[in-house]
Amino acid sequence: MSLAAAPHRELGLTDAEFDGICERMGREPNALELAVFSLMWSEHCAYKHSKKLLRLLPTDGPHILMGPGENAGVVDVGDGLAAAFKVESHNHPSAVEPFQGAATGVGGILRDIFAVGARPVAILDSLRFGELDSPRSRYLFDWAVKGIGHYGNSIGVPTVGGEVYFEPAYEQNCLVNAMCVGLAPRERLIRSAAAGVGNQLVLLGARTGRDGIGGASVLASAELSEEDESKRPTVQIGDPFEESKLVECCLDLLERELLASLQDLGAAGLSSSSSEMASKGEVGLDIDVSRVPLREADMEPFEIMISESQERMLCVVEPRLLDDVLALCERWDVRATVIGEVTDTQHLRVFDGDELVGDMPVDALVDDVPLYELEPEEPSEPIYPDPPVRLDEEASAGDTLLALLASPNIASKRFVFEQYDAVVGSRTIRRPQSADAAVLVLEPDGGSGALAVSIDGNGRRVACDPYTGAVEAVLECARNLACVGAEPLGLTNCLNFGNPEKPHIAWQLTRAVEGLRDACLALGVPVVGGNVSLYNEGGGGPIYPTPVVGMVGKLPEPSAVPRTGFAEEGHAIAVVGMFEPALAGSELEKLRGRLADSLPPLDLAAHADALVRVRAAVRGGGLPTAHDISDGGLACALAECCIEGGLGARVSVDSDDASLFGEGPGGVIVAGPRELIESLDAAVVIGEVGGEVLDIEGVGSVPVAELRAAYEGAIPAAFAS
Amino acid sequence: MRARVLIRPKAGILDPQGQAVERALPALGFEGVANVHVGRLIELDVEDASEVPQMCERLLANPLIEDYEVVELKEEAA
Amino acid sequence: MKFGVVRFPGSCDEVDALMACRRFAEAELLWHGDTDLQGIDAVVVPGGFSYGDYLRVGAIARFSPLMESVIEFAHEGGPVLGICNGFQVLCEAGLLPGALLPNDSLRFVCRQVDVIVENTDTPFTRACAAGDRLSIPVKHTTGRYYAPEGTLPDEQVVLRYAPGHNPNGSMDDVAGVCNEGGNVMGLMPHPEHAVDLLTGSADGGRLFESLAMVPA
Repeated sequence: MSLAAAPHRELGLTDAEFDGICERMGREPNALELAVFSLMWSEHCAYKHSKKLLRLLPTDGPHILMGPGENAGVVDVGDGLAAAFKVESHNHPSAVEPFQGAATGVGGILRDIFAVGARPVAILDSLRFGELDSPRSRYLFDWAVKGIGHYGNSIGVPTVGGEVYFEPAYEQNCLVNAMCVGLAPRERLIRSAAAGVGNQLVLLGARTGRDGIGGASVLASAELSEEDESKRPTVQIGDPFEESKLVECCLDLLERELLASLQDLGAAGLSSSSSEMASKGEVGLDIDVSRVPLREADMEPFEIMISESQERMLCVVEPRLLDDVLALCERWDVRATVIGEVTDTQHLRVFDGDELVGDMPVDALVDDVPLYELEPEEPSEPIYPDPPVRLDEEASAGDTLLALLASPNIASKRFVFEQYDAVVGSRTIRRPQSADAAVLVLEPDGGSGALAVSIDGNGRRVACDPYTGAVEAVLECARNLACVGAEPLGLTNCLNFGNPEKPHIAWQLTRAVEGLRDACLALGVPVVGGNVSLYNEGGGGPIYPTPVVGMVGKLPEPSAVPRTGFAEEGHAIAVVGMFEPALAGSELEKLRGRLADSLPPLDLAAHADALVRVRAAVRGGGLPTAHDISDGGLACALAECCIEGGLGARVSVDSDDASLFGEGPGGVIVAGPRELIESLDAAVVIGEVGGEVLDIEGVGSVPVAELRAAYEGAIPAAFAS
Repeated sequence: MRARVLIRPKAGILDPQGQAVERALPALGFEGVANVHVGRLIELDVEDASEVPQMCERLLANPLIEDYEVVELKEEAA
Repeated sequence: MKFGVVRFPGSCDEVDALMACRRFAEAELLWHGDTDLQGIDAVVVPGGFSYGDYLRVGAIARFSPLMESVIEFAHEGGPVLGICNGFQVLCEAGLLPGALLPNDSLRFVCRQVDVIVENTDTPFTRACAAGDRLSIPVKHTTGRYYAPEGTLPDEQVVLRYAPGHNPNGSMDDVAGVCNEGGNVMGLMPHPEHAVDLLTGSADGGRLFESLAMVPA
């Protein structure tokens, strides 16, 4: 067997871990068992360095139907409907092969959603690359977007939102985080615990090949280096057409109540799915790899167990229902094969025909994995180099505004979102750039009102101050929801960080999770699930610490949802919420070549109240325009309202840099009929919509056409050859 | 028998894929490249080689916008 | 009046098309593997990636058992509307002149565009006035319309992209065409995604409204 000569270290296990495996097994593992352990005990599967820390996060809430630990978090959205959602990373595979890496990232998160019985109805993606002047970053960005579009568009699930950031810190380690939201009638929800000794284990979907062997899991547990080319042949390849059949088949099986449990196959393939199902159910599983339909000849048992071939699901079926399951799968043209059964041994036993080729205690694979304490230490020196200077300190306010609008972090992402089908399913009533969150009506599914979804993060600000930066990410996401009148029901997060064994990274991770915790508690929003991606470092250093936050909220009246654009001449413009802008950590500071070493502290309780006020103002109705103030500060937000609405504005505000371009959570621009605006709680009226220029009194004015040219032209210009 | 069919866009029809490749090659240091066209390759084992052109006409190619060429008929099936 | 909306493996927008049709008349889904058109009065071939777009867009779908029935229905004068992938299928089936090629940008494009109604003398546009401007989204990678010289008479151009709105390089800004008999139409924009002001525009509804009117 090809692994016989490979020591555990080559598979990423430490000597102590190897000893731990021998102890739990009562003997040394054979090659197949070692391969399985190496994946189940990898950081990606076992969360060795993050599990203890994640226990800090609040997970209780009045709307929660399924919390962390299941394939996806699920919340009650009323009218007997449930919304499932989760975000996951596919960073390392995307750095190796961006098209398939991003595509299979989408495929994987879709499977997590229909694994709980929900029909996927929306995709969002949060992407980070190096600066666009780097050909490699342009290449990764271009192909990751194509990959996401390819998978989402082909399977008929709309991609309705997302974000993209460009920072030198991501040059060697891009981030691709994919979020999916699904809907289910509550009765169709299903858990993944295998149960019922004697029940049959059935493998659904694509045939098994050598995709990703030693792929996602191992890659995600090691820093990327020069040898990446050799990992390329084992990249996972996605087939959205196969997955579309799988979705319909699984949902149909669940409608007819034919399944005892369901689980998707992702990282580490059969070995992780089966052991996790067995662990949750406190049972054992016998698997016969000779029964697994194969795409390639001569696959060894260990390869079959760890293959990451896509578009496969595992289900547990009572023997009396097996024929019905197989018949239904045939109708949907989905391959279905009995590959094993549930036992009471509490072991995962792998057979090749009659021969026992692997026998592992389930809890050694899943629950009894060594967890490590982080050893955080605040760094005494800056971790990251200053960004390159791109803007003169002496630039005028007008030039500064245009430079910010043209900065890829702020500029329009139309280049990206026009490559995504945002409308299939007929639920989308606010498409990208037209509002601060995506809005999907629930009426087609028999519900009332609408869901709002957003995904947000700012790695650079977290790099300046991991605690406050993480708090801000949660506030930003909730603020985007508030701008469409939605109340958050739950939060999913993806923690993208460097090597946690390094004390300064452990410090970033710890402080960020503490920030997430405190923000979630202050807002009363529970964490329903998420993902951790560590070891995002290369020779050039770690990525910015990047917690990405996704939220789903509900709003009662879809016809009253504001847009980001100014709507009518004569409308009054005001700032509501709680806006205390500062230059530290801002995009302007980045253009000036500076990275702050802290962010101003926040009064969380006050911000929580401010959010409630903003939401109430929007829900009050009749408010045509609402846009949150984020990257680039007030001036950029105003410019965006002008560009999107095709109308100018005349405003009077403080003219210092911090007031115009400073950033910070809590501020929202609203516009509408003067009487309505002036009646809003704590609204500060700053001006009026009208004309063809954005005129800031005492500072200057810029024609809307020029603002638009800078904002819309920046990213396409990077690709014009 | 093993047949190989090459399918290419008809001359005169805009071929943006060919143009994209033509633009990308000089950036990698290859000069003097022109007239690039991107098409498809289909290989199949057949019992009656004379049926292949009909397969092209009916399914494998769209004669309105594509030309096809049955390039190589190997005697042995692969 | 009953619409039949075809469903292939890989169709994406068939349910959207079904819901759009149901705003104007009865409608049901027709499975690609069947041959029975179930007495419907008009066929809608929807958007998506039928059969994964394998080989060529629409190339395999056009041979499905149901499409054989649709072709017969069309030859007998029955109204058939092909949307996006459906347009591609109808061209492959020879029911419409021309073919759809990759967008000149080589990228998928999802965008709201304006189209101008050029021909109101069809069962698909009789509820419109000549020159009407309709706002409808497009979403495709392979939507650049092409027809060899002399194969597309002017009166068979039903919809044209408004100036500046051509998203894919289509010849002469052609967005939708019909056959000589005027009973088969294909268009790249998606009218089923423009039937409700809440989602952005209700202009697409006019095509379904036209079809649902008492047949001439």
